[in-house]
Amino acid sequence: MSISVQHISKSFKEIPALRDISFEVKEGELFGLIGPDGAGKTTLFRILTTLLFADKGTATVAGNDVVADYKQIRNSVGYMPGRFSLYQDLTVEENLTFFATIFGTTLEENYDLIKDIYVQIEPFKTRRAGKLSGGMKQKLALSCSLIHKPKVLFLDEPTTGVDPVSRKEFWEMLKRLQKKGITILVSTPYMDEAALCDRIALIQDGKILQIDTPETIANQFPKKIYDVKADNMYLLIESLKEYSHNHSVYPFGEFVHYTDQRDDFMPQELTAFLQSKGLKNIYINTTQATIEDAFMELAK
Amino acid sequence: MKTILFIIQKEFKQIFRNKGMLPIIFVLPLLQLVILSNAATFEVKNIKFSYIDNDNTSFSRALIDKFEASTYFKVLDKFESQKTAKQAMLKGDVDVVLEIPNHFEKDLITNKKTNLLVAINAIDGAAAGVENVYINQIVQQFNKNVIVDLKKSMVITPSTNTELLKTIDSIPLFWYNKTLNYKTFMVPGILVLLVTMISLFLSGMNIVREKEIGTLEQINVTPIKKYQFIVGKLFPFWVIGFGLLTIGLILGKLIFNVPMVGSIALIYFYTAIYLLVLLGMGFFISNFTDTQQQAMFIAWFFVVIFILMSGLFTPIESMPEWAQFLTEFNPIRYFVEVMRMVMLKGASFTDILPQFVKTTVYALVMNSLAVWSYRKTS
Repeated sequence: MSISVQHISKSFKEIPALRDISFEVKEGELFGLIGPDGAGKTTLFRILTTLLFADKGTATVAGNDVVADYKQIRNSVGYMPGRFSLYQDLTVEENLTFFATIFGTTLEENYDLIKDIYVQIEPFKTRRAGKLSGGMKQKLALSCSLIHKPKVLFLDEPTTGVDPVSRKEFWEMLKRLQKKGITILVSTPYMDEAALCDRIALIQDGKILQIDTPETIANQFPKKIYDVKADNMYLLIESLKEYSHNHSVYPFGEFVHYTDQRDDFMPQELTAFLQSKGLKNIYINTTQATIEDAFMELAK
Repeated sequence: MKTILFIIQKEFKQIFRNKGMLPIIFVLPLLQLVILSNAATFEVKNIKFSYIDNDNTSFSRALIDKFEASTYFKVLDKFESQKTAKQAMLKGDVDVVLEIPNHFEKDLITNKKTNLLVAINAIDGAAAGVENVYINQIVQQFNKNVIVDLKKSMVITPSTNTELLKTIDSIPLFWYNKTLNYKTFMVPGILVLLVTMISLFLSGMNIVREKEIGTLEQINVTPIKKYQFIVGKLFPFWVIGFGLLTIGLILGKLIFNVPMVGSIALIYFYTAIYLLVLLGMGFFISNFTDTQQQAMFIAWFFVVIFILMSGLFTPIESMPEWAQFLTEFNPIRYFVEVMRMVMLKGASFTDILPQFVKTTVYALVMNSLAVWSYRKTS
């Protein structure tokens, strides 16, 4: 096991941030922590990277206890905090060399590991880090956290505030790193990114709701789910919420995801109801449940 | 070692790339040295002096002439009555009013005794005291002349003769600062102030800054050793402290021609230890604060107390006893003492040994506290 978390709890004053969290991440796995802001993701990261002590429970990272063997952990993990935290007044190259030096290595020694990422920012290596674009900053931060060839990589919301193209590129890079045998624990509030992980843990209010592969979580969705569409989105949502048999109503892109309480639900009935509310061009069709649906259902 | 050197290199790069900070570090302190040394003076000059002459004789005019001849007094028009004088004093138009009574000359000649009324605006007590001394000196001087004049004009009788012989003159000899040049006294002190402020503020703000921008968290997950980080972070400010001292000493010599009697090497040696106190203190502050603002305010709070209680502006001997005891914990006090002793008196290492020992202890305590309170985990 690359990461093992056993019954970890942590409170800040009286407010619990993590409640009895347990999970395990296999070696070379790309594991996602999926949850909204304030779910406790960053707290968990800080405990696993030895920056914070848990109130209760134990955890090991790459076989080392986070409390007793913190020194070994600091040598063998890479951590990329959610906030860009490199030296803005140093250049790209200086930042990399700096982190390489304090890890007791050099840029050349582990160049092959970061090569894919570094070549993209190399043209700007004499530019100050503060002057880079958001996506470039992420790439630099990732390079810096990889410079010492870590066994485990912690990425706290690496794609928050990054444009869709850079996000996609970033996940491709993670996949490539995974192939090099690095265990990756990544947190994200984006449900679409969850599908790219090997396994995910859905987390809310400091509790883990479910742990499984993204496909299983989506397939386990207990109800039949319908895409509903009409000419007036707002009125459609209002009307569906009024409908007495509704189980859940969530806007989802251009559709509304609808589930019904009854097992013998007839879409025609709903069409008639919506027409009576004055909606036109009504479209109702079954669809595949996504992780977002699963999360909403679990978080209910 | 390589790591420490690298951190030091990085710190210097950051300091010299911070375009807003550079002038604050190097230009402003020196401007302060030049301005403060010239302006912060306790010499009382340009005293607005006026008088009421009820006598109008050659004697009374001779007395006024004495005041006019003095460089300390600016003699204004005379007042006709006490009432107008009082009003002027109330408005602040005049600092000192001398009233010469009726029969001033007559009394002096016949009775050999008379009285003068001096009214001094004493809102600033210290200045009033100094003014009083100046006035007394002038009146005494006048008195002596009168006696000599009388002696010349009078037949010497045994009785007058004995009276004259009673006068004792004291001639002061001012050591270490013969001309009582105020700047000689102030420049070493203000130099201390600058070195202290800049080193303490910079070191205090520096580590907090890493906290603010989040880099400290990134550093904390690395295997870097505590001592490597601390030494690497603080060393540049040690060097900057020396830089400031050097520039300040050069300016003191060139602009103010401050005597440098003692050994410059001794000053540097003491400063080396003294800077460690400041850096430890700055580091200690930054461990307990989260933003540069907080660090700045705390550092400022201590600096103000330290400066006011350092003997830089007011002598420690005249403070109440409890305050004198508190100054024992004031590092600036020792630095001010050492600078003045070495620069003006040419003190040797044995002379400054008490200050040196106390400062060394202070440095050890402060740095131990700072290292102890620094945690890589929150």
